[in-house]
Amino acid sequence: MSVITYRQALRDTLRAEMVRDENVLVIGEEIGVFEGSYKITEGLLKEFGPRRVKDTPIAEEGFVGAAVGAAMLGLRPVVELMTINFSLIAIDQIINHAAKIYGMFGGQTSVPMVIRTPGGGGQQLGATHSQNIELFYSFIPGLKVMAPSTPAEASSMLRAAIRDDDPVLFLENLGLYNSKGEVPEDYAEPVNDNVATIGRASVTREGSDITLIGYSRMAMVATQVAEKLAEEDISVEVVDLRSLRPLDRQTFVDSVKKTGAAVICEDDWLTYGIGAEIAASIQEGAFDYLDAPVRRVAMAEVPMPYAKPLETAALPSVESISTAIKETLSAVGKRVG
Amino acid sequence: MSEIHMPRLSDTMEEGVISTWVKKVGDKVASGDVLVEIETDKAVMEFEAYEDGYLVKQTVSEGDTVPIGEVIGYIGDSPEAVPEESGGTDAPAAEEKAPEPAAEEKSEDRAAEPAPAAPTGDGSAPADRPRTSPLARRLAKEYGLDITKIQGSGPKGRIVRADIEAAAEDGYAAQDTAPATSSAPSAPAAQSTPPSQDDVRGSEAVKTSNVRKVIARRLTESKQTVPHFYLRRTIDAEALKAFRGQINEQLASTGVKISFNDLIVKACATALKLHPEVNTSWIDDTLVQHHRVNVGVAVAVDAGLVVPVLHDTDKATLSEISTRTRELAGKARDNKLKPQEMSGGTFSVSNLGMFGVDSFSAVINPPEAAILAVGAMRQEPVVVDGEVAVRNRISLELSVDHRAVDGAVGAAYLKTLAEILEEPMRIIL
Repeated sequence: MSVITYRQALRDTLRAEMVRDENVLVIGEEIGVFEGSYKITEGLLKEFGPRRVKDTPIAEEGFVGAAVGAAMLGLRPVVELMTINFSLIAIDQIINHAAKIYGMFGGQTSVPMVIRTPGGGGQQLGATHSQNIELFYSFIPGLKVMAPSTPAEASSMLRAAIRDDDPVLFLENLGLYNSKGEVPEDYAEPVNDNVATIGRASVTREGSDITLIGYSRMAMVATQVAEKLAEEDISVEVVDLRSLRPLDRQTFVDSVKKTGAAVICEDDWLTYGIGAEIAASIQEGAFDYLDAPVRRVAMAEVPMPYAKPLETAALPSVESISTAIKETLSAVGKRVG
Repeated sequence: MSEIHMPRLSDTMEEGVISTWVKKVGDKVASGDVLVEIETDKAVMEFEAYEDGYLVKQTVSEGDTVPIGEVIGYIGDSPEAVPEESGGTDAPAAEEKAPEPAAEEKSEDRAAEPAPAAPTGDGSAPADRPRTSPLARRLAKEYGLDITKIQGSGPKGRIVRADIEAAAEDGYAAQDTAPATSSAPSAPAAQSTPPSQDDVRGSEAVKTSNVRKVIARRLTESKQTVPHFYLRRTIDAEALKAFRGQINEQLASTGVKISFNDLIVKACATALKLHPEVNTSWIDDTLVQHHRVNVGVAVAVDAGLVVPVLHDTDKATLSEISTRTRELAGKARDNKLKPQEMSGGTFSVSNLGMFGVDSFSAVINPPEAAILAVGAMRQEPVVVDGEVAVRNRISLELSVDHRAVDGAVGAAYLKTLAEILEEPMRIIL
């Protein structure tokens, strides 16, 4: 095992897949000469040349559409959208083309493409560049939405996404790029069996008092919450959703059946958010096991403020999640510190 | 009429001080007007009214500190409106509630805060359908408890799991006549009501079904979660028979009579001392080593199967085991076993020999790691020293929890047990 950043896990895995399969190419803004706004494509232009590393104009609809066409003809394009906010310009290509073509045309061609894109607030990028709108894509049958939270998962899930024959929205997070974690020694090898199974959530920490559910950056924060509360003798089970579509309901429902209570933390907005779907699934799957109402901790219902103190206040934090957990536990008669 | 609660004005705020009442009693209030200034742990903040009306009462004076969620005043439709003290909806529950009702009410209110549009489910619960969590309802049903008779300790008197478990345990402790089969101290009690003349059938049915439910639940749990494996061995009981005759001759004057079962129980304990790895439990992914040897003896009574436990069986003499077993079996038949007399077992013996059963496979009594099933003593032709001879033999079958004990370890235990029973002097050594 070696310890690397989430950023490096993505970069090295992307390179390994390009070595493994000459049909894999990358396309997007500033990914070639500039080597990517977040340096995920560092060194790829030099190694693979401009045929496989395509710098594009600032025209998301155009290059996402080009990738859809390339995928239909047998290539495996990996699109980089500089942030998920810019996917809005390409949303018709993603939802009405990439997601629909296989089903609408009788399976004549699949669309094996990956759209890599970071979400995430907290970087003082203002309201239009700080959104977490993965919900839009998680809502669409025909798409797969993956959201790894650790370097090891970033690697194994990106590999799975590139090798999968369906269009995948691969959600990264600005707040995770510099986070570190263990990866298998051979994570960067082109011949590699570290391929995630698509559509599986994971219990990343076992606990008995309450289930805390998150994904992407919030899965990392959830682990921090669990570690902090463990010092107060509160045993938190953490579930990392990892895949937003397909959604692995069984894993978190089983966890809630065990603990009897759940808190969901999400970086998107509460109203109609991902957490709403999780909460609904919990009551469908574990109603008779719930000892308290399911709580959601989400971003404040405002466009993201620019000012740092306001931005910090708008986002869920270790403190606000811990408070929700303690309130839920006190409601079921468990002693909380 | 609506209550004004101490708001949570910061993440770390737990209580607030009423700094200044900006509105006086009788003042007209419009939504958005500053009602009161509140000093938190961080700053003095203005708190606005959420609705139109009149401030009809201030329940907290300036300078006073109250926790989040506490009522600080009332807004009514007219300046003369009279507030219903402590909230109209749940007043009785709020007063009767256990230690921290105020704190828990608040947590519920805070819980609703992030989703102002979400319904808060504040309606009062009708008496016949108390406020409960789904889990509490399910558990009450499983335990056969009447949920309307249970006091809730959750927010607004909600009945939660902890209340059901407490009620189940109280029921258990309150009546030592409650029959139960379980060796787990937290096992639910049968909530038996004394049968009245005109209700005999109903009452009896409930009582019996609860005992059966506990048996059913525990044994289903055992068979479904404990990977059983079975080891069979037949022992030569000639020496055991002779040994028993000799001992009972000695004890004739004392009135104590040692049974084969007593000898087997003691032998099990002696063998467990030699094989402590069998005297274990697999609990929550952890192997637990028991230092005491407590052998349970399965007893069939009218109500069902019970397993009274002989604590420190390894230290007891044969006469003690005999006397104690008889006493516990008697209590079991009279439904007078106390929970502690059925708990703490580390191994069980089940003997169906008296029914002529040759051999059988017993279900493990969790969290114990093994149970010995004893069949009838039979005369059988066997080859002894190259000659066919007629010998008394007993069939033993050991059911073992494979999570705690592996096959070879179980087999070694059974070998030792058989050797002890075949050289019965070792039972008491």
